Amino acid sequence: MELVQVERLQELLNNFANEDIYIHLETTNGAYAAHFNENVFNAGAFIRNVMIRYELGKIAGEAPHRIGLKLPHGWVYAQGITHFELDEHGRLLMAGHDQTGKLAVALQISKTPFSY
Amino acid sequence: MTLPMERHVLVVFPHPDDEAFGVSGTIATYIKQGIPVTYACLTLGEMGRNLGNPPFATRETLPQIRKEELFASAKAMGLTDLRMMGLRDKTIEFEDDEKMVELMQNLISDTNPSLIITFYPNYAVHPDHDATGRAMIRAVRRMPEEQRPTIYALAFSNDSKEVLGEPDVIHNIKEVAEQKMGSMRAHISQTAWMLEEMDKRLADGETEAENWVNFERFYTYDFSKYFE
Repeated sequence: MELVQVERLQELLNNFANEDIYIHLETTNGAYAAHFNENVFNAGAFIRNVMIRYELGKIAGEAPHRIGLKLPHGWVYAQGITHFELDEHGRLLMAGHDQTGKLAVALQISKTPFSY
Repeated sequence: MTLPMERHVLVVFPHPDDEAFGVSGTIATYIKQGIPVTYACLTLGEMGRNLGNPPFATRETLPQIRKEELFASAKAMGLTDLRMMGLRDKTIEFEDDEKMVELMQNLISDTNPSLIITFYPNYAVHPDHDATGRAMIRAVRRMPEEQRPTIYALAFSNDSKEVLGEPDVIHNIKEVAEQKMGSMRAHISQTAWMLEEMDKRLADGETEAENWVNFERFYTYDFSKYFE
């Protein structure tokens, strides 16, 4: 993965608009967050291989960036995106890594389903 | 340290690297003694947060990397019967409970273990750890009492010592410390941070860190104490 280049990522987001796509969306602060610090309220969510179609995809803000996908009847949103990659399978992988390199958020778009 | 003889040892954990921290020395010791060991790893840690700094893996390439690390860890311990069970990280507790018990029953009937090593349900912090231990305890509880293998359970929640007391089984694994470090290093994508920290602590002469490298601790699961 490489650091987000806004123009390049915007171009890639445009390429997936108005197509049936599978998404992986995830936020996490780690299963051990509350174990190491009992004051942490541990919350996170992921969805994987849910099919959507967005009409407009946009990257916003300074790094770490925000990504919003406007759907006919709703939205997909991710905050904290620092890295991106168009992988060898043509999937657009976006992720936010914290100061220590750990993944905090992921938003991935693919025309074919991700693995299990 | 020579451990008591076993017919077969079955180790079941949900994530590659779960074996490295607390059990790899014990596994290496059994193997050295010629005791067959099976390690069933339920997932490939697909949802791990450590992807390198700067990142060298993605959410999608991580499973393959961790699979290779798991093979390397098995090699470091001398383990030959490694089974990957194909479940997904973070989802064990949401699988059908009976299906999970059956998975454990199949592993037991296949390996006929005299000893099983897994996590202590409710005291193992990660929901996947607790769910793995829970399914195994359920499977063994259903066996006739005289046929039940012994269970060594790992507990490390902040309240585990308060509630369960001190672990009753302590293995001195100094003689296989190299194999243990080999297993730890094999899982470098996940352990790099911890190894760095540990080297520092060892250099500072911290006895706690030394303890951690040389001793592995378990609770013999007591079926008269119900966890549910």
